[in-house]
Amino acid sequence: MATTARKLTMAQAIAEAIGQEMERDPKVFVMGEDIGKYGGIFGATGGLLDRFGPERIMDTPISESAFIGSATGAAAEGMRPIAELMFVDFFGVCMDQIYNHLAKNTYMSGGNVRLPVVLMTAIGGGYNDAAQHSQCLYGLFAHVPGLKVVVPSNAYDAKGLMIEAIRDDNPVMYFFHKGIMGLPWMAYYEGSTTEVPQDAYTVPFGQARVAREGSDVTIVTLSQVVQKALLAAAELEKEGIRAEVIDLRTLVPLDVDTVLRSVTKTGRLLVADEDYLNFGLTGEIAALIAERLDRIALKSPVRRLGIPGVPIPYSRPLEQSVIPQVHHIADACRAMIGAKLARAA
Amino acid sequence: MEATAEQLLWMYENMLLIREYEETMAKVYLEGKLPPHIQKGLAFDIGSGPVPGEMHLAAGQEPVAVGVCAHLRREDTVVGTHRPHHFAIAKGVPLERMTAEIFGKSEGLSRGKGGHMHLFDPEHKFSCSGIVGASLPPACGAALAAKKLGKDWVAVAFFGEGAANQGTFHESLNLAGLWKLPVVFVCEDNKWAISVDKDHSTAIRSDADRAAAYGVPGIAVGKNDALEVFKAAGEGVARARKGGGATLIEVKTDRYMGHFQGDAEAYRPKGEVSELRKTDPIPALADTLRARGMLDAAKDKAIRERVNQRVTQAFEFARRSPYPQPREALEQVFA
Repeated sequence: MATTARKLTMAQAIAEAIGQEMERDPKVFVMGEDIGKYGGIFGATGGLLDRFGPERIMDTPISESAFIGSATGAAAEGMRPIAELMFVDFFGVCMDQIYNHLAKNTYMSGGNVRLPVVLMTAIGGGYNDAAQHSQCLYGLFAHVPGLKVVVPSNAYDAKGLMIEAIRDDNPVMYFFHKGIMGLPWMAYYEGSTTEVPQDAYTVPFGQARVAREGSDVTIVTLSQVVQKALLAAAELEKEGIRAEVIDLRTLVPLDVDTVLRSVTKTGRLLVADEDYLNFGLTGEIAALIAERLDRIALKSPVRRLGIPGVPIPYSRPLEQSVIPQVHHIADACRAMIGAKLARAA
Repeated sequence: MEATAEQLLWMYENMLLIREYEETMAKVYLEGKLPPHIQKGLAFDIGSGPVPGEMHLAAGQEPVAVGVCAHLRREDTVVGTHRPHHFAIAKGVPLERMTAEIFGKSEGLSRGKGGHMHLFDPEHKFSCSGIVGASLPPACGAALAAKKLGKDWVAVAFFGEGAANQGTFHESLNLAGLWKLPVVFVCEDNKWAISVDKDHSTAIRSDADRAAAYGVPGIAVGKNDALEVFKAAGEGVARARKGGGATLIEVKTDRYMGHFQGDAEAYRPKGEVSELRKTDPIPALADTLRARGMLDAAKDKAIRERVNQRVTQAFEFARRSPYPQPREALEQVFA
């Protein structure tokens, strides 16, 4: 069996994962807009129409409620659909089908209904696509119960997580950041293009990855921000600050243990997120630590980075200032090294 | 209803203006996006250059914008799409401030916050957005407000044939039919929803036939022709102003460029665009004007020079305009 590794972009890794699972299991099929001849606007289904034909790679009308709801219905009948929501920002037109039905039917049926659906979607900004085409929103989907939430940061993880998602009998939301897909028409962080084994393999949910070891500060992050954090960490290393970068990989289920272990070690937590700052992922991680201050000694207050409660602006200087950048991450870490804690009276 | 000479010349000049604007934008958009000044290995970098992000151009679709907007007053509302320039221009949105917005500058319509898909000009009652199908409900709302205020204002929702399969289309048509709203729904059928053609997205041939399902008159305009659009839109606008409620118009139009700039259009049959360009609506209208003695060589030259000057000035204004300060990103979330 060939186990040669070669480098793939994240887009290629995702398409390869889907293709391999479709070969293995005839019940897997894909629905979405422009996923056929176009191969998906962001390349997630590149080459699949030629291999599997239009019966299994199905271009849909612009009718998200209908075809995503259809994924739920087909899954209840034993199919294993993958549906693509072109941009996560479009969830508004079909959210009822996702969060009230796909997410809740298993529970509401007392576990009697299984819905093996993968809903994959493009996220992220940084290339001036403005307020309605640049969001991340995984925090919102992690907030409502019943959906697994998967957010790869690189090609190796992307393939393994997609195969795991397809094989999971539960609804999985799979978020791929446009700025790490390795597209030939968008600047991307090259760390996301990695060696990817030829064979099918899985990456388990609920298992974060220590992307870089360190002892001075923990950066908990995901998706494209992982790549930014690694660049920040390399910069900080030169100043004698050793940052540990934790790539969450999945939000639901969340690997709390890896986060706790790291923060116990470093005593400093920075949560770096590209989703909105308020009422989301960064608050969740900070709360997990706050609940365990009887066991974890912090050396600095927790710090959080995210988009600060504004719609994402179009103009370049505005967008660059609200989306966390490498320098924001490095500056936050530097500030934490010198920070003090309040003393109890 | 026949177009007056003034209306005909207005439509002609605005189609020329739109075409030149879109062709200029297509060139300017590429600045800074191609090798060698971008990330190594990329063919194109969408986030680089003076006009970054997505760009959806309407070359070929001019008749829809001018044929409808020729009937509209400043107080009438237009809600457009992610491909908004022709609607904005025809509605009278100031070209300089619109271009500055597309360049992300502080003198832009939205101080750089909105960009090309989110052009807002309340003074000219124009807005648009990037979500397919999102134009119809706000147009219903503007029509509803006009009714409540006792005005004879009209609202127009533009959308594509792809949007006619989105839930908002069906809800909005029914609501407008039920409440007899003074709204004209205009479907631009350019055949393509990115890479999916109408035969593969829509269960019926003509969206005008859907109107009957909602108790609303439907008009099918089968030609990408300004005068035909003018005639149909005249009917719809007149009906709305007289209190007769909504109309759905479908126009078969032609998308000369890609869905977005940078779209390789591998999905499009070879030669389709050059074939479509043979029935370019702009020379067609020029021929009609000449036949009616309304356009001679000197007049045409003057119009084209005026158009060229307006476009040149708009782009120069945008380039000269300063960028907003980063701290402005936190402002204007709330009024």
